[in-house]
Amino acid sequence: MVARYPRADRNAVDGVSFAIPAGSFSVLLGPSGCGKSTLLRTVNRLVAPASGAVTVGGQDVASIEPTALRRATGYVIQAVGLFAHMTVAQNIAVVPELLHWDRGRIAGRTDELLELVGLDPERYRSRFPRELSGGEQQRVGVARAIAAEPQVLLMDEPFGAVDAIARRSLQDEMLRIVRILQTTVLFVTHDVEEALRLADRIAVMRDGKLVQYATPEEMLRAPASPYIAQLFAVNADVRRYESLRNALAAAP
Amino acid sequence: MTYLFSHWRLIGVLTLQHLGLVCAALAIALAIALPLGIFAARVPRASALLLGLLGALYAVPSLALLAVFVRYFGLGAAPVIVVLAIYAQFILVRNIAAALRAVPRAQLDAARGIGMSSRQQFWRVELPLASPVMIGGLRLATVALIAIATLGGYVGAGGLGNEIFFGLQRRYLEQTLAGSIPAALLAIAADAAFRALERAATRRTAG
Repeated sequence: MVARYPRADRNAVDGVSFAIPAGSFSVLLGPSGCGKSTLLRTVNRLVAPASGAVTVGGQDVASIEPTALRRATGYVIQAVGLFAHMTVAQNIAVVPELLHWDRGRIAGRTDELLELVGLDPERYRSRFPRELSGGEQQRVGVARAIAAEPQVLLMDEPFGAVDAIARRSLQDEMLRIVRILQTTVLFVTHDVEEALRLADRIAVMRDGKLVQYATPEEMLRAPASPYIAQLFAVNADVRRYESLRNALAAAP
Repeated sequence: MTYLFSHWRLIGVLTLQHLGLVCAALAIALAIALPLGIFAARVPRASALLLGLLGALYAVPSLALLAVFVRYFGLGAAPVIVVLAIYAQFILVRNIAAALRAVPRAQLDAARGIGMSSRQQFWRVELPLASPVMIGGLRLATVALIAIATLGGYVGAGGLGNEIFFGLQRRYLEQTLAGSIPAALLAIAADAAFRALERAATRRTAG
């Protein structure tokens, strides 16, 4: 598959082809500008491929009406984008309402989702986004994305803007939620640590090309290129340094 | 002030007429300015040209503009309403375009990515989020139109301009004030009402 932006001098995604197992948690990993977000956005037709196709469950997404496709696909972005004039409950209810669920079902689902993402419905239901912390906002963002039980959940650096502690707990929650939902997740990040924590499979991208798509173990054991070996080796050094520093800080 | 108090019933009727002129003009002006404002927000290149054009119209003295339209529509309310609607365009279009451009990108991205149609994105997300700035524009336009609508006195459109016009003609200051004071109060009241609306809308849409 190839994707290109108007007036760009090169392809944003350049000849990428791979199959993601249903129900898996795949992380698209790479530096900024490597095409990972563009690739993600072809799945819900926010970007149209210049050539090639994206299929979900055997169906070419180009054959599905964009709004219908997007309502059936969860989408979480780094900037969260909760609607400021709507309460938490109204934000979560947006897609079910677009799908014309009845009121009772929507109310029940909203509370269920708040519980799922670790927010007490009684306390949070009628709050406005501005009254929440960054981490809480993104929990609501996740709840909104999975409200209508999408088959595929797309996450574009969802935890990039929250502080390290909140990020850690969001990652843990994400793993728990995904185990419950059994959704196929595509998760974009440039953070190697995050990729290793979350992924069943990692797709490393560079300059619009897919370098390797494999499980974290395979990638660490048999990196497909020096680039990947270096990516994880540097990260291993960082991890060693951090654990050393933590040990020092903890020493009396 | 004795004139004002002895003619309060007349002043009341004229105030209502005055409001009628302004409201009719605002309704027409909004119906035109909303699509123009949306267009200006979506097509930045055309917006400079459009705003330049409307700015030029805005710069024409309102009395001169009124004279032109009396030629086409005759005396009465029609030419006044047309002039007011034209005069409001510059303020409204500029504000509507600015309001739409200021809507946070993330919320628009989310609206689209979540599966809203373009129409749903506009009515459910873009317009509510743009409303505080838009109401601000509406406030400025309303206050300006209340002032300009006094010109209606010259062309038989009624409104508080009647008292100002006849008072000036008869050199009867009290009658002039009986038109100008209520007009000023009307403008101040409209300003306060729209400010309250603006505050409420801002509170609702703050990120």
